[in-house]
Amino acid sequence: MATPEYVARLRRRPEILTDGFPRRRPKWIEWVTTTDHKKIGILYLFTCAFFFLVGGVEALLMRIQLGAPDNTFLDPTTYNQLFTLHGTTMVFMVVVPIAAAFGNYMVPLMIGARDMAFPRLNMLSWWLLVAGGVVLYATLFFTVPEAGWTSYAPLSSDTFLPSHGIDAWILALHLVGLSSILGSINFIATIHNMRAPGMSWSRLPLFCWTILVYSYLIVIVIASFTATLAMLLIDRNFNGTFFNADAGGSALLWQHLFWFMGHPEVYIMALPGFGMVSEIIPVFARKPIFGYKAMVTSIGAIAFLSVLVWAHHMFSTPIGIGVLGYFMIASLLIAIPTGIKIFNWLATLWRGNIEFTIPLLFCVGMIAQFVVGGATGVMLAVFPLDWQLTDTYFVVAHMHHVLFGGIFFAIVGAFYYWFPKMTGRFMSDTWGKVSFWTMLVGFNVTFIPLYSAGLSGMPRRVVEYSASSGLHDYNLASTIGSFLLGLSTLITVVNAIWSLRNGRKAGPDPWRANTLEWFTTSPPPQHNFDVIPIVRSAEPMKDFRRRARQLEAEIDATPPPVKEPVP
Amino acid sequence: MRPRKNSGSTARALAALALSAVSALALSLVFASVAGADAISPEAGPTQNAQDTDALFKIMLAMAAIVVAIVWAILFYSLFRFRGGRDREAAQIRGNSALELGWTIAPVVIVIAIIAIVLVMLPDIKNPAASGPDEVAQARGQLASVGQPPPPGGNALEIDVSGQQFIWRFEYPNGAVSFHDMVVPKDETVVLKISTTDVAHSWWIPKLGGKFDALPGLDNETWFKATETGSFSGQCAELCGANHAFMTARVQVVEPDQYRQWLEQLKSDIDQARTEQQRQSKQFAKEDV
Repeated sequence: MATPEYVARLRRRPEILTDGFPRRRPKWIEWVTTTDHKKIGILYLFTCAFFFLVGGVEALLMRIQLGAPDNTFLDPTTYNQLFTLHGTTMVFMVVVPIAAAFGNYMVPLMIGARDMAFPRLNMLSWWLLVAGGVVLYATLFFTVPEAGWTSYAPLSSDTFLPSHGIDAWILALHLVGLSSILGSINFIATIHNMRAPGMSWSRLPLFCWTILVYSYLIVIVIASFTATLAMLLIDRNFNGTFFNADAGGSALLWQHLFWFMGHPEVYIMALPGFGMVSEIIPVFARKPIFGYKAMVTSIGAIAFLSVLVWAHHMFSTPIGIGVLGYFMIASLLIAIPTGIKIFNWLATLWRGNIEFTIPLLFCVGMIAQFVVGGATGVMLAVFPLDWQLTDTYFVVAHMHHVLFGGIFFAIVGAFYYWFPKMTGRFMSDTWGKVSFWTMLVGFNVTFIPLYSAGLSGMPRRVVEYSASSGLHDYNLASTIGSFLLGLSTLITVVNAIWSLRNGRKAGPDPWRANTLEWFTTSPPPQHNFDVIPIVRSAEPMKDFRRRARQLEAEIDATPPPVKEPVP
Repeated sequence: MRPRKNSGSTARALAALALSAVSALALSLVFASVAGADAISPEAGPTQNAQDTDALFKIMLAMAAIVVAIVWAILFYSLFRFRGGRDREAAQIRGNSALELGWTIAPVVIVIAIIAIVLVMLPDIKNPAASGPDEVAQARGQLASVGQPPPPGGNALEIDVSGQQFIWRFEYPNGAVSFHDMVVPKDETVVLKISTTDVAHSWWIPKLGGKFDALPGLDNETWFKATETGSFSGQCAELCGANHAFMTARVQVVEPDQYRQWLEQLKSDIDQARTEQQRQSKQFAKEDV
């Protein structure tokens, strides 16, 4: 057979054209032009991780500055620029889009869909996020915005900050906001319309519920914030007077409009974290989630209340006692659905058979720390206390307790949990434990002393404090802790990179989990599922495993065919 | 399928969890005790509003601590008691209406309790106290109100506090002006009218009560009544630009006689400086001609 002619014929490249088979392009072009929700999810994840490292370095620089009294490591303007970048980056380019990262990858898989509803819009959302990041960080070569992530009027006006740093900040947030809004429309359309047969609303995984509510919140408040930013843009560049009190506007208006976005934003960041914990805990407690309906109701209640409490960030502004009272009570009410969620998580662990995996450890850390952040949040909601506590390091500590100790722990847990699905390999258990413990200790050493710093009279956003203020010890502890946190982040990143090639192989369903993303291979093929599964309960994978066991048992029970004697 | 971990590593993990929680707590307590006993409650100087704020804080802190302790106790107990690796099936419970109703009502009760406590304690924090017997200064005209009632009897020393990048300016009823240092008499209710001439600032002397923002186009107000003499420092609490961290202020509480003397001296110094300035202006005007 192997005649030279035949070999030559084999070597000739066959020219077969098939409809629907795209041309192979260089790998990086494939990535940046993909419309596959899984690849976009990973792109989001990389982008958020990158910005997290950048924002983390900014935080460490600030902590170095505050590690010693009367320090001159940074000058005041640089310091103001750093916390502006840190806040803007962490809120708008890390914690909000990282929910979109996991949401993009997981939501279609969890609801049994083949992709998002609008794949190309999905890609556009990622590109807009990148564009926003580029605009924000391009200011490093011009003028960096320096009015804080809240950019209060009139400090952010052209009178007081005439350079165009604030304008770049506005453009960056317009781009990132548009990215979030488009991404949210996509999530809403996907979750409403593309659920697998049998997946009724009462069988939708809780993570998908949180992403759905996150999306609705984004559409409501980021849209309003985009308009708010446009008002500031008009004030700065086209002689507008929205926030100019001398010309009939109101500086207080900015605070109202900003916090109308700013407070729901907290829950935009928090809800997907709650969703991750609600997915991970039942898996490793080997129990169904306790009170599914109460969980869903709480998510809705939290979202509803979150748009009605914004002025609790403004208790020290001149507003009437009735308004203060209303916003205090409304804010306290949020503690009720949040408490329900926490107790339902505890009840899910109760009488379980708890397997101490790395994702579970992070979720436990999340619950333990989030409850502290929640408790200090209740204290801040009491306005006579807030007069003493607002704008101090007490607020900084509270907010990081919620966002870092709570939400970020959930995110890291989710990363360890879904890494096997995304890559087909486990992350290292040993290094996972090391990163968890360093993060836990680092976090508490960083932020608990800051409560005391705030109580002792340290306002936030100050570049230095005097040696006689008694604030040095708290700040030194915090600086040491922050480097531990940096170390733990580094360990996680290295662990992820190492595990990409060397991690233990994971099958399709390595955790014996409950939801549909584990129904397909790890990583899933481009079309996600060969057969779209039919869902018969809130934990479809349990049903499939049970059915498989039944089938096996039936096969075992069937008597082997009796060998007929050959005549 | 993932191999089940043995209970030895679980126990170790728990031990480590407990150890690190304790060590983190201990570490922060060590730092806290180094920095003084007042590390877990706000600063409270010799004025009723600050002391009541401090008391309210301690009540709330105790309530918060109890809630956190309950959650932690249940959490760590379940982690220990229901750790895997033994021959036990997880109970397949999906909910319990009575229990769920219980932990919906419990936070409602706590919220109502908090609101009640605040209602009881608020008046002493918010409403100016009656001024002392030694009536040093009368308020100028009508006291403006953003919700803060006038002090009983209407007697108060009213000072206009004006924030500007990056210094605090104080104007007294007799027109005298001081910067950075505010001098007030002891036992006198001091009502502060807070405003700004440029960006937003926030008036805050931690030991003399909460902070109140100075916003363009709006007046804010607060009060204090120091019952002891002393010097209380603070700084602007709202980001106001590059030198925000250096916008400090100090309130010196002195005996009424000392205050009168200081104010008269200040007034006469300012008047003298004005006269001198007028003289010089006339001089320059003549020279120009």
